[in-house]
Order: sequence, then structure tokens, then C-alpha cells
Amino acid sequence: MYDSGKIIIGIIIFIALFTFPTWYLFTSGEAAPMPDLVYPENEDQKECVYSAEYMRASHMDLLNEWRDIVVREGKRTFTTTAGKKFEMSMTNTCLGCHSNKAQFCDQCHNYLEVNPYCWDCHVDPSQLENQ
Amino acid sequence: MNLFFSFSALVILILLAVIGVEAVKLEFLFGVIIPYVAIAFFLIGIIYKVIYWARSPVPFRITTTAGQQKSLPWIKNSKLESPNTTLGVIGRMLLEVLLFRSLFRNTKAELKKGPKLVYGSSRYLWLAALAFHWAFLIIVLRHFRYFSEPIPAFVPFLQNLDGFLQIGLPILYITNVLIVVALTYLFFRRLFDPKLKYFSLASDYFPLLLLLGIALTGILMRYFTKVDIVSVKEMAVGLFSFQPVVPEGIGVMFYLHLFLVSVLLAYFPFSKLMHFAGVFLSPTRNLANNNRMKRHVNPWNAPVRIHTYEEYEDEFRDVMKASGLPLEKE
Ligand code: HEC
Ligand code: HEC
Ligand code: HEC
Ligand code: HEM
Repeated sequence: MYDSGKIIIGIIIFIALFTFPTWYLFTSGEAAPMPDLVYPENEDQKECVYSAEYMRASHMDLLNEWRDIVVREGKRTFTTTAGKKFEMSMTNTCLGCHSNKAQFCDQCHNYLEVNPYCWDCHVDPSQLENQ
Repeated sequence: MNLFFSFSALVILILLAVIGVEAVKLEFLFGVIIPYVAIAFFLIGIIYKVIYWARSPVPFRITTTAGQQKSLPWIKNSKLESPNTTLGVIGRMLLEVLLFRSLFRNTKAELKKGPKLVYGSSRYLWLAALAFHWAFLIIVLRHFRYFSEPIPAFVPFLQNLDGFLQIGLPILYITNVLIVVALTYLFFRRLFDPKLKYFSLASDYFPLLLLLGIALTGILMRYFTKVDIVSVKEMAVGLFSFQPVVPEGIGVMFYLHLFLVSVLLAYFPFSKLMHFAGVFLSPTRNLANNNRMKRHVNPWNAPVRIHTYEEYEDEFRDVMKASGLPLEKE
């Protein structure tokens, strides 16, 4: 092998970069803490708008749909495919049941570095109480 | 034929993953075993290739005519195009790796009416290549949100930059548009130019189609057929910390995405994609143009026995002195 010094340095840099996720996980301490979700307690709040599976993956699509219906069509009541009715409001409806945003929405969002900019304008009631 | 082969290969791979996960329930195979095997192929293959390349001697500096080399002090030399120092070589390499300097010089030959052969500069290849590579890099860096905990600070930075148009929900990433447009251009470029089509091989089409497949499955997953990303992260962290877990109900689209990525990784060392390592080993890019300043000895030259004049004089001093010949040393 010619220029073995440079080649070996190059290979080491390549391996270090490629295995970054592994040694980063091992050096950053404990295993990743999974989101720890607190669900609504009240009896009349036991069911989400749609099934939990659907909500987990697609809640942003539902919010987007609500936003469009409210802002563009001025309607405020949403009827699910199962016939249940909800007021289309992020603060009143979603956070009405999931009253602790920090223990619900933010749990997942921090785990995956999702930063919805919605709260620039929309109100998180638990933040108001703190102030 | 080449195109047909590449396209069918991709379709077969996709069917394999979909059937394997949907019908036969081989989540562990597609989610754990294949990715590990693919990573092993990737790492070992690349190291093997690089060492194999490094065993070829490059005895003489191969210089290109892109710039004036250093010669007389009053002739201005081109420090980046024809560098004669290590620093200059590093500069040239950075330009090449980050901005594809030599692709920027790409020309195109066209036969016009007359018949007249016309050469013109053609920057579209450079532009599409640059767009694709940068989009790819940013996407892979953004993916660290699935692989790492805590998430490094560059991830939110890139997400904000990339999603800065704030279109739709989930927010549209600019790189997602760029990567698809660039790959589509690079693919159709080969089809619409008869000359290019004539010498395009399966190994040219396949990587483009594979990358397009990876990008499109990712985009489908983000914007259309959703997957449970919390479970995806659980699985990815498990993979990278060697404690593999296969959470329930992630969705086929993810396994398809992961399988195509695994195919890419395993295929990488055998493909033209190895140019990522090759660019650093290109003699026209990584050697300083100092042929006139330094002596470069060919390592495989046979040793030549030489007899210098000093040795000759030492040998015959007495005889030479006796016959009155002039001597360098008395
Ligand atoms: C620039 C400020 C702003 C931002 C940022 C914003 N919204 Fe809104 N949103 C509004 C306004 C104003 C309305 C109309 C309120 C009304 O008519 O009651 C609204 C209404 C809505 C509604 C229906 C009514 C309600 O009270 O919830 C939904 C759902 C909604 N937005 C979702 C979102 C989501 C999701 C995001 C983040 C991706 C977001 N919004 C970001 C200003 C904003
Ligand atoms: C009537 C009360 C109620 C309302 C309103 C409600 N949720 Fe839920 N939500 C629940 C309950 C209860 C669960 C747990 C369901 C289960 O586990 O079956 C849940 C589950 C979820 C989940 C899945 C969590 C998991 O287990 O992974 C998400 C995401 C979610 N909700 C988001 C929302 C959003 C966004 C809104 C507003 C559009 C909303 N919810 C409105 C009660 C509600
Ligand atoms: C089960 C975990 C989980 C829960 C609980 C959850 N989210 Fe999410 N949310 C996600 C994930 C993951 C994404 C990112 C999806 C992606 O990037 O494709 C997301 C994305 C979003 C987005 C789109 C943001 C963007 O920039 O793309 C909004 C808005 C949102 N969530 C609102 C909420 C609200 C409001 C709640 C609480 C009522 C909530 N989410 C609860 C996991 C969750
Ligand atoms: C060659 C490497 C890869 C490329 C080019 C690639 C490409 C993409 C693209 C273009 C997207 C669309 C959304 C975005 O840009 O974030 C995406 C999404 C996604 N990728 Fe990849 N990917 C790669 C590797 C992986 C790996 C190894 C995983 C395994 C953890 C993975 C998991 C995902 C998931 C879960 C999504 C959905 C994102 C969402 O819904 O927000 N990808 N990918």
C-alpha cells in the first residue's frame, strides 16, 4: 500500500463518521427515554377523535384539515366518519382532553425533535395558568 | 435492455419487501438482519476497495492543463487549478468535493446543420448533480432524529432551514423537492440524448432508480401513507445500539424504505457510487503539480549499478598519475 498513513487516516475518519449514531448512543448515557404519555382521566374523555393508531400517525393531517375548514370555510363543527361531533379547535378540543401538553404532545415531539410553530399563535392553556 | 434490467430489478426488490413484510411477516428479517448484513457489506467493501486502490503506485504527478503551473516568478500561476503546495491541493480537493469544480467544466458536443460540430458548456449536469448531493446530505443529517438520543443540535437547525417555506403540514422540506427533481433530471438526461443512452449501462440507471425509490418511499411516508414514527425511532435506536427490537405495526412503507436503503448500502462498494471514496484518490486531484521542483522516483525502477567518476579515479589513480593525466583529487 502506498501513502499508508494518509489512507489509514482517511479510513478511520470514514468509519468514525459512518458509525456516529452508534458511538453517540453509547457515549450519551442512558438508553433513549421513550415518550411517557398521560392520557385523559375523565370518563367522557376516553375516546379520541379517531382511533389511537390513526391519531398517532396522522394527527397533523387532521389538524391541517380542521385548519382549512375553519379558516377557509368558516365551519366549526366536525363530524367524524363514526358520526361523532367535535368543535374544530386545537386549544379547546385537543387540549381540552389532552390538558397537559407537556405530558402528551411534547413528549413525542421532543423525542423526535418536532417543533410545530402553531403555538406561536395558538394558546396552550396550561402555559397561561403558569404565568 | 439496460434500462429494462434496472427497472425490473427495482420492481422485484420492492415486491420482495412488500410480500416479505405484508404476507410472510418477516419483519425481523427486513428490519434487523438485512440492515446489519448491508452495513457489514458497506463497511468492509469500502475499506477493501480503498486499500486495493491504494496499492497502485502513482510514480509521477499527473498534471492537468486546467491552470498555469508554477514556473518562473514573473508568470502568474494558478494556485487552485494547478497547485504546487499541499495547501493548494487541499483547496482544490475541497472545491472538487463540495462544489464539483471539474464537473462545472463539463462541455457538450453537438452536431449541428452544416454538418458542424459545436462544443458548448453544459452546466445542467453540474447543477442537478450538486442539487442532488446536497439534498441527499441534508436529508441524511436530518435523519439523525431517528438514530440519536439526545438529538444533536444540527437537526433542528437543518429542519428549520429546510422547512422554512412552512408549506403544508407536515411542513414541506425543500430538499424533498430538490432530490426528486434532480434525480428525475439525471435519469431522463440519459434517456433523451441518444449518445448518452447508447453508452448508459445498467450500473448507471440502477443507482438513480434506487435512489429515486428511496426518496419517494420516504416522501410517501412523510406526507401520504403515514407510519408510526415513535416506533420507527425505537427500532432505529435499537439497531444502532445493538439491542434490536421490532415494534408492532410500523407500516410496510417503512420496511420498504429501509430495505431499499439496505440494498443501496450493500450494493455501494460494487457500484460506481464508490466515486465518493475515489474522488479523494484521484491522481489528477490529489497530487501537487511539483514535477519540476521535486524529483519523483518510480518505485518499480530496477536498481541501476552506477560507477561514478570519483570511484573511477580512485580505481585508476596510480595508472593515471603515472601517465600524467590530470586528476581531480591528488
Ligand atoms: C400566524 C398565527 C398562526 C399560526 C402560526 C398557526 N395558526 Fe392556526 N389559526 C390562526 C388563526 C388566526 C386562526 C383562526 C381562529 C378562529 O377563527 O377561531 C387559526 C385557526 C386554526 C384552527 C381552527 C380553530 C382553532 O381554534 O383551532 C386550527 C385547527 C389551526 N389553526 C391549526 C393550526 C396548526 C396545526 C398550526 C401549526 C402548524 C397553526 N394553526 C399555526 C393563526 C395561526
Ligand atoms: C374526547 C377527548 C379527546 C379529544 C377531543 C382528543 N383526544 Fe386524543 N386521545 C384521547 C384518548 C382517550 C386517547 C387514548 C386513546 C387510546 O389509547 O385508545 C387519545 C390518543 C391520542 C393520540 C395517540 C397517543 C398514543 O397513544 O400514541 C394522539 C396523537 C392524540 N390523541 C392527539 C389528539 C389531537 C391532535 C386531538 C385534537 C385534534 C385530540 N387528540 C383530541 C382523547 C381525546
Ligand atoms: C404519539 C406521539 C405524538 C403525540 C402524542 C402527539 N404528536 Fe404531534 N407529531 C408526532 C410526530 C412523530 C410528528 C412528526 C411527523 C413527521 O415529521 O412526519 C408530529 C407532528 C405534529 C405536527 C406537525 C408539525 C410539523 O412541523 O410537521 C403537529 C401540528 C402536531 N404534531 C400536533 C400535535 C398536538 C397538538 C398534539 C397533542 C394534542 C400532538 N401532536 C401529540 C407525534 C406525536
Ligand atoms: C440513504 C439513506 C436515506 C435516504 C436518502 C432517505 C430519504 C428519505 C426522504 C427523502 C424522506 C422524506 C422526508 C424527509 O426528508 O425527512 C425520508 C423519510 C423517512 N425516512 Fe429515510 N432515508 C434514508 C435512510 C433511512 C433510514 C436508515 C431510516 C431508518 C430509520 C429511515 C427512516 C425514515 C422515516 C421513518 C421517514 C419518514 C419521515 C417522516 O414521516 O417525517 N430513512 N427518508
